[in-house]
Amino acid sequence: MEIVVCVKQVPDTTEVKIDPVTNTLIRQGVPSIVNPFDKNAVEAALQLKEKHGGKVTVISMGPPQAKDALKECLAMGADEALLISDRAFGGADTLATSYTIACAIKKLGNVDMIICGKQAIDGDTAQVGPEIAEHLDLAQVTCVSKIEVEGNSIKVEREHEEGYEIIETQTPVLLTVLKSINEPRFPTIKGTMKANRKEIPTWTAGDMDVNPDQLGLKGSPTQVRRIFTPQQRVQGEIIKADSAREAASKLASKLLEAKIV
Amino acid sequence: MAVIINKEECVGCSACINTCPFGAMVMEADKACITDACTVCGACVDACPVGAITKEIEKSSVKIDKNAYKDVWVFIEQVEGQIRNVSHELLGEGRKLADAKGQKLAGVIIGDGVESFAKEVFASGADKVYLIEGPEFKNYSTDGYTAVLTDLINTYKPSVILIGATNDGRDLGPRVACRVGTGLTADCTNLGIDEQTGLVAWTRPAFGGNIMATILCPEHRPQMGTVRPKVFKRPEQDFSRTGEIVQVASKIKSQDIRTKLVDLVKVCTTSCNLEEAEIIVSGGRGMCKPENFALIEGLADVLGGVVGASRAVVDAGWKPHFHQVGQTGKTVGPKVYFACGISGAIQHVAGMSSSDVVIAINKDADAPIFKVADYGIVGDVMEVLPALIEEFKKAKAC
Repeated sequence: MEIVVCVKQVPDTTEVKIDPVTNTLIRQGVPSIVNPFDKNAVEAALQLKEKHGGKVTVISMGPPQAKDALKECLAMGADEALLISDRAFGGADTLATSYTIACAIKKLGNVDMIICGKQAIDGDTAQVGPEIAEHLDLAQVTCVSKIEVEGNSIKVEREHEEGYEIIETQTPVLLTVLKSINEPRFPTIKGTMKANRKEIPTWTAGDMDVNPDQLGLKGSPTQVRRIFTPQQRVQGEIIKADSAREAASKLASKLLEAKIV
Repeated sequence: MAVIINKEECVGCSACINTCPFGAMVMEADKACITDACTVCGACVDACPVGAITKEIEKSSVKIDKNAYKDVWVFIEQVEGQIRNVSHELLGEGRKLADAKGQKLAGVIIGDGVESFAKEVFASGADKVYLIEGPEFKNYSTDGYTAVLTDLINTYKPSVILIGATNDGRDLGPRVACRVGTGLTADCTNLGIDEQTGLVAWTRPAFGGNIMATILCPEHRPQMGTVRPKVFKRPEQDFSRTGEIVQVASKIKSQDIRTKLVDLVKVCTTSCNLEEAEIIVSGGRGMCKPENFALIEGLADVLGGVVGASRAVVDAGWKPHFHQVGQTGKTVGPKVYFACGISGAIQHVAGMSSSDVVIAINKDADAPIFKVADYGIVGDVMEVLPALIEEFKKAKAC
């Protein structure tokens, strides 16, 4: 089975803090990581490969330093990695991004399954996966928490608000996966050494059959009008008491008096 | 790159560097420079005190007749034979947009035997209903619903489409937007009209809730967005309202739907319906061990609330994923939110900050959760919670 996994290098948003004085993001020392959901996607692909054979190719669109993210996926056990990187891709929204990645996957050809993380933790849109599927005219299942493969038949569990759905479909298909699907493995030392030796090709716009009008900012219907820091909630009252019992009693009476509960 | 720095005018104050949410600005020889990480968000343009930074607007070559697109549509999502709350919330908000633009509000109902929904949709503010029925639409499918909604858009040309940011909505939205070749803003928490352009201004959190971005879709139609449940109030329904029902025949054949729903396993009863809950009691790692969640359940029980959990607790396997509140879990907006033994990472706060009243109980007086709490108790959850349960039991008995 030929599996493509789409990964994104993202800043670790858990490490981002707001400067209380200037009210702006403090990015210094914020590490770049492989988007956590994408690691679950890589793990899911590796597990399928171990069971059914085949090849796992990881692909990322981003600046040259995104190679580090691809290296980490290779170290986990992916067979091939591909970076698509070009200044012409800059400023791409989800539509232009998915178009560009879809063009690269088209060029790779012969893909049975594309796995993406449910969403990236910097943008949180959860749109690039389904839009890649649309560009390639593939069936899709999002929010997948379990994958079973038998020949060309795919059976997945898809989470929704009330529980989960069991869905059957056929390859080729695009799946987006949740964190609950698996526990991503750590790269081994051997894997890391192998990944360091592995060459990661970079494709630019010129390497693919693309319509330049659909790339980057030019190919992006949405535009950012304004970026601002959200209004913070204001800290309320810390209940002072000598014991837990007294604190609980004070809180309960405050809540009951204000008819909050 | 479409953000340009006029090096002559740059005074090297580095205001832009601090403002850039993406770390894409650096100083080189006392002048600001833009790196590949730039996403052309334009935050630096407003930050520059001397106006040395400009955003070059690259005109898209796509030319569509924007005047041909009118009206605001809301995709009506259903669950277990009922309209989801978020669809009503969006009808309420869509009404405001439609009134501001002097246009009509329509609900799009796709399903099997769902005509009765129309009166509900009118009561929540719609002037019109597009109704597509057939056995193949009994349950949501990406292929079926995408094809129907795309056909409707191409035929009736709406200006704006609002979709709930639910699992199905976030599956459908990108697929439809991509097929019609327009922009989609995900997971919005605020909607408005941009004063300069008259476009819908879609505001959404990004970067794990650290920043907000307002997005426009200037040259493409329809303008589409998914909107989070619970950020808008459900409108008061007026059942004296009526409207026009436009029945549209579907061209979909069942073989066009490439996925087959084999089974629907319901896990969530009211006990974990966090999105609709009025009171949520959540526990975090500070509960120390899974057995101690009995206290969380105890407090939820006495208050008639439901149980939530932080990501740490879900990752540790103490509680199933359905209970998780936060950026990668559920976004909730109850009247009262109890955070017990939860430190308050920004990702958690992003999922609960629209709660009316937040109560935090934590041993660590410096825990960030206290910064967003209306009431806080610095103390051991293992002591405070039993006392609190007792207090509420007493109050209930009176």
